[in-house]
Amino acid sequence: MPANKKKHDAFARLADWLENGAQPLDEEIGESLADEAYEEENAAEKTIPSVEVKKQTPKKKKRQERHRRKRRDALTVGAYADAWWYRVTAFIVCVSLVGLLLYGVVRMPLFGNADTLADSEVASFYVTHTLEETGAVNIVTGIILDYRGFDTLGESHVLFVAVSSVLLLLSIRGEKDEQERLLESDREQRTEPDHDLVLQGGARLLLPLVLIFGIYIILNGHLSPGGGFSGGAVLGAGLILYQNAFGYDRIGKFFTYRTFRAVSVSALLFYALAKGYHFLTGANHIPGGIPEGTAGAILSGGLLLPLNIAVGCVVTCTMYALYTMFRRGAF
Amino acid sequence: MEILNVILLAVIVACAVAVSLTRGLLSAVIVFMIQGLAMSVVWVLLQAPDLAITEAAVGTGISTVLMLAALKKIQSVQRKEERRDAGKQKEA
Amino acid sequence: MLRHVTELVNQHLDEVAALILFGVGFTMLLLDKNLIKKIIGFSMMDSGIYLFLASYGYIGGLRSAPVYTNGVTDPAAYVNPLPAGLVLTGIVVSVSVTAVMLGLTVRLYQRYHTLDMDEIAEQIRKEGK
Repeated sequence: MPANKKKHDAFARLADWLENGAQPLDEEIGESLADEAYEEENAAEKTIPSVEVKKQTPKKKKRQERHRRKRRDALTVGAYADAWWYRVTAFIVCVSLVGLLLYGVVRMPLFGNADTLADSEVASFYVTHTLEETGAVNIVTGIILDYRGFDTLGESHVLFVAVSSVLLLLSIRGEKDEQERLLESDREQRTEPDHDLVLQGGARLLLPLVLIFGIYIILNGHLSPGGGFSGGAVLGAGLILYQNAFGYDRIGKFFTYRTFRAVSVSALLFYALAKGYHFLTGANHIPGGIPEGTAGAILSGGLLLPLNIAVGCVVTCTMYALYTMFRRGAF
Repeated sequence: MEILNVILLAVIVACAVAVSLTRGLLSAVIVFMIQGLAMSVVWVLLQAPDLAITEAAVGTGISTVLMLAALKKIQSVQRKEERRDAGKQKEA
Repeated sequence: MLRHVTELVNQHLDEVAALILFGVGFTMLLLDKNLIKKIIGFSMMDSGIYLFLASYGYIGGLRSAPVYTNGVTDPAAYVNPLPAGLVLTGIVVSVSVTAVMLGLTVRLYQRYHTLDMDEIAEQIRKEGK
């Protein structure tokens, strides 16, 4: 069965490609290109059986070699980085780019001048309307979680996708590496700074402050500078400090891969549902039933506080997960 | 205020040039972190406290720590290979 | 020319610093062969752009940060809140971009045992034989 055999060949090639990296496929393309060129040239002499075409004529070999070299050179543009002309050209391009941009800056509105920016209607609209429309005292939070709530949803997903891709990148290994990975993680466990007095004492002193500050930033995000992103980053940094000071075992008691998955996925889901509900009711002029509260109180601003908490959870989990992946190669 | 702003901007530019000229990766990462710290103070002066908090936590803390962790991972791969090579030489 | 330079230094100092940062980062991206240095250069370009954007949000005088104080909703009392919102989004995304790039670099190192772009290219060339 020729068709079946062809299929089998394709699978074998794919397996080969997966095993040895890109070069067999690459060669394949070069070869097929050469074949095509050869066949096109010989299109007039259709009488030659295909078996004979496959024969390695010296002419074809030469052509194949040329094609292969072309493909390789296309792959390895980076090799020019050593050439003097590349360096000189790159430097000239950079300097002229900066010069051009500086020339543009001269024509931009003056720095810090109210008159040149005062006609910006958008900015004054936000400053005038944010308090009554969103209930946020911090205008920036009002903008990013209410007016641009969709954008922030997308951004949270960007973070999630980044963690997923790092997880994929760092956890693919060959089978023979598995043993070494275990050995490595074993050594990591043993060289854990369990008795580092300075680090542990410093962490005992600093961690409560860091964590409380992070939680305060998240919860108070609609009233004072801060919000989900900054607070989440502070909390993530606190968790990283905890892991470094007290080891994987201690942090494994309350933060594992399962926790990460559950918290970040449910926070993203909550964000999407809450924002969807908000849009649905707002667009159709249905009373949403979310109490606005008095501006300035902690329970005010409608959905801003829960959304801030959700974003904070996602950012915390992301930051800690990224660090753990780089540190251990696994969760 | 004005003088502080000028000093901080000078620190930022100097750090940028220093990073590009440093040979060692570890020192490059540390100098880059100093640049982020100066940047967060500049943002306080530019009346953007939200940005200052975020930059102080993210630019100074987390991205530096990520780079250091990646450097450590690369180093451990290096050491593993050296050990493997040493083992091969012993066998031979 | 000289007039432009004095104008730049006198009135656009923040933007000039931001653009120099951008330029230095771009130069590193093009000229440095080390992958980690390239990543740092990329982050530096990011910071340059953020500084540039944020400096246009600043308005001099006695304007305060964009947080309502005493219920004043007059646009003349606060600086421009828009660039702050934009840049806040950007900073957090730039960290995740850095993390993905570092992950790719670690993978490349595991495969080719070097951080040098040229050597990686050389090895790919050799493998292509």
